[in-house]
Amino acid sequence: MKQNLQQWVASGNPWIWLTAGAVSLSLVMVFGLLVLIAANGLEHFWPKQVAALTVQAGEAEPEILLGEIVDEETVSATRVREAGGTVPEGMVVVRRVLVKVGNRDIGGTDFRWIPETEIRNIDYPSGVLVAERTEWGNFYGYLVAVREGEDILQATDPWQEIPPRLARVEDMRGELRKLERVEMGQINAGLEDLRLRERSLRAQGDEAGARALLPQREALDARFKALSARIAELHASFDRDSLLLRTSTGEERVVPFGKVVRIFQPNNMHWGEKAWHYLMKVGEFVGDEPREANTEGGVFPAIFGTVLMVMVMSLIATPFGVVAAIYLREYAKPGPVTSAIRIAVNNLAGVPSIVYGVFGFGFFVYFLGGNIDRLFFAEKLPAPTFGTPGLLWSALTLALLTVPVVIVATEEGLTRIPRAIREGSLALGATKAETLWRTVLPMATPAMMTGLILAVARAAGEVAPLMMVGVVKLAPTLPLDGEFPFLHLDRKFMHLGFHIYDVGFQSPNVEAARPLVFATALLLVLIIVSLNLAAIQIRNRLREKYHAADN
Amino acid sequence: MPQTTDNVSPQHDASHPATLTHGVDFRSANAHREEHAKQPDRECLRVEGLSLYYGDKRALNSVSMAIPEKRVTAFIGPSGCGKSTLLRCFNRMNELISDVRIEGSIKLHGDDIFDPRVNVANLRRRVGMVFQKPNPFPKSIYENVAYGLRIQGVNSRRVLDKAVENSLKAAALWDEVRDRVHDSALGLSGGQQQRLVIARAIAIEPEVLLLDEPASALDPISTLKIEELVYELKQNYTIVIVTHNMQQAARVSDYTAFMYMGDLIEFGETKKLFTTPRQKQTEDYITGRYG
Repeated sequence: MKQNLQQWVASGNPWIWLTAGAVSLSLVMVFGLLVLIAANGLEHFWPKQVAALTVQAGEAEPEILLGEIVDEETVSATRVREAGGTVPEGMVVVRRVLVKVGNRDIGGTDFRWIPETEIRNIDYPSGVLVAERTEWGNFYGYLVAVREGEDILQATDPWQEIPPRLARVEDMRGELRKLERVEMGQINAGLEDLRLRERSLRAQGDEAGARALLPQREALDARFKALSARIAELHASFDRDSLLLRTSTGEERVVPFGKVVRIFQPNNMHWGEKAWHYLMKVGEFVGDEPREANTEGGVFPAIFGTVLMVMVMSLIATPFGVVAAIYLREYAKPGPVTSAIRIAVNNLAGVPSIVYGVFGFGFFVYFLGGNIDRLFFAEKLPAPTFGTPGLLWSALTLALLTVPVVIVATEEGLTRIPRAIREGSLALGATKAETLWRTVLPMATPAMMTGLILAVARAAGEVAPLMMVGVVKLAPTLPLDGEFPFLHLDRKFMHLGFHIYDVGFQSPNVEAARPLVFATALLLVLIIVSLNLAAIQIRNRLREKYHAADN
Repeated sequence: MPQTTDNVSPQHDASHPATLTHGVDFRSANAHREEHAKQPDRECLRVEGLSLYYGDKRALNSVSMAIPEKRVTAFIGPSGCGKSTLLRCFNRMNELISDVRIEGSIKLHGDDIFDPRVNVANLRRRVGMVFQKPNPFPKSIYENVAYGLRIQGVNSRRVLDKAVENSLKAAALWDEVRDRVHDSALGLSGGQQQRLVIARAIAIEPEVLLLDEPASALDPISTLKIEELVYELKQNYTIVIVTHNMQQAARVSDYTAFMYMGDLIEFGETKKLFTTPRQKQTEDYITGRYG
């Protein structure tokens, strides 16, 4: 027996088991997490059946509740009793269901826990509609009629009246958006520009010059008034049509089409329609702006902000890191100073990211940004331009955080270039610099890409430092738009990582937000994976080109 | 302590001033060879009292010799005897290693190569080198050969095409790669790669070609090709070759230097050195008694 054990240990099998076990455990954890996130996140967009629950609390009249059953759990009876539920004597535990009842404008909350002991009946009536609104959350109920102005349309089937009216409102919403964002934006930018010019002229004592700007200002004011009138007109027309809806308790509500995002009858949908609805919802999530304190709508600004910030970060970190690595490896004289620098660089990668955030806030935002404002944007002061958190400072802070990774990877790559290749180049009469540029650096590009991949993976998932140097919960504008200079590095931006934090932990409507947290997390993982895959693809192409470095 | 002969020089006196003809000549090989054999030996490189130290360790011990122009000179000797170190002095490749100290002088056609005013890159253009292992750059065959010229600022397509073709022909590689000069050089076999590296070295028309055990990593057939190539190339270049292989030295070289423990023991015409060595150590080595 002992002999056998010794043999088994000597054969190396325990090691294989141990190592393989570690790998499997990691894989199980990673895939388990991904499956959890994906299942919870993706399920959210599928249209659920709307249930009509007949609920009777104690001896009261039974009432009918409409809503989606989203969760159930078993809790102690005491807890339910304390929450006001009726539980018969003698029961210790009770199952209760979580129902998304919507109609926040009427009932005050979106979700209600209902103990099973109060539920008399559950069915799924056809004809129930769900109206997603731009405010007050979903409406669950029945359609009474469609109104145009104050008139009730006497259609045989009011449902047929809905799609064209929704489409009309959708078109007008696009136009309004264009007028308000683009044209109004231009006029405002023009006015702001004039104001600043006037102010700086006054500051120089050129009163006549300042007055000469008056006609321009009047022209802009006139345009502003005309546009405001046009927008007001559109708004009135926008609110022309409305829906008359009835809740399960018989209460009637008028909901203007302008406040409805989409309206559908989940209990009447077959699976093809549900699949279509699902795709629309996913599309909205990826491509639209958030609504209702980020708990509804999409996360497009956050995706955009994350990707743009990572790209700007890469553009800063890569050249800087590569140049530093070249100096350290190729030119710096090996010795205690170089080693000390190398150790310092390696340790820089281990500094907690929040420290970088604090540093970025103090150095970039206050010192650099403040001075830039004083030098170049003095007329706008005290309103800061760069002296406030923004995209550029975030990218710089993260670049600082990731530059050690790029340096280490590039140095590694430079070390791996065979001496024979360098000597071959030098023997042909190339100087050291020529050898570097023509042979060594191209061969080290795969290593630089490795550094970039690691940097991107680290930067895209970082949230803590960003909270100090530029990320916000809701940014009014994207950092990239049609206004000169198109890329606004001074603007604040949204970020998926911060979005997760905000929706998950800062949201007033926790239950509504939870599925979105999963969906957003899944999206963030997918974005990091695709950024990495793109970089890995490039690296493999480069490796193929320079595979000589292996011999 | 091995017996040293100071100021060893080949039997033919090499005192004529250097005249150089650059470029590769494609006249009838036989006529050319006969003409070449008739020419008297002229001195190309003169080594005087050359000592080299790696830190405190002396690797070359006051070596003096004169290497004749357009002949093949072989360095033989046991591993670690300093023959590669000596070879790498001719294009100052040893300077890449830190902590190297050199005493004495080497003159290339009368110019001291250790003169501080000498531009090392220029020196290396005059003294080309081929290494033990083929080291093509991870570029196309064409770009490998054109590398040296591009470094010198030659970018004219016409000039480069001509130079690449001529160099590949001179390195006896043209017929094998003419249809794929723009393919990666890494796709070539080891022997082809070594000939490519030779083509790359002669594309910049050096005066001297240093070969550091050029065939030691190759199979016998590729070795034979390299040897044939060396035989062809000596019409136009001064060749210094380091080899482990005494048969190879006997086959390709006109002059042979035997080195041992950093000392130059004997230097003379190959035929004489191998048949009637003057030093006991040389005799012991070439008859295989040590090494």
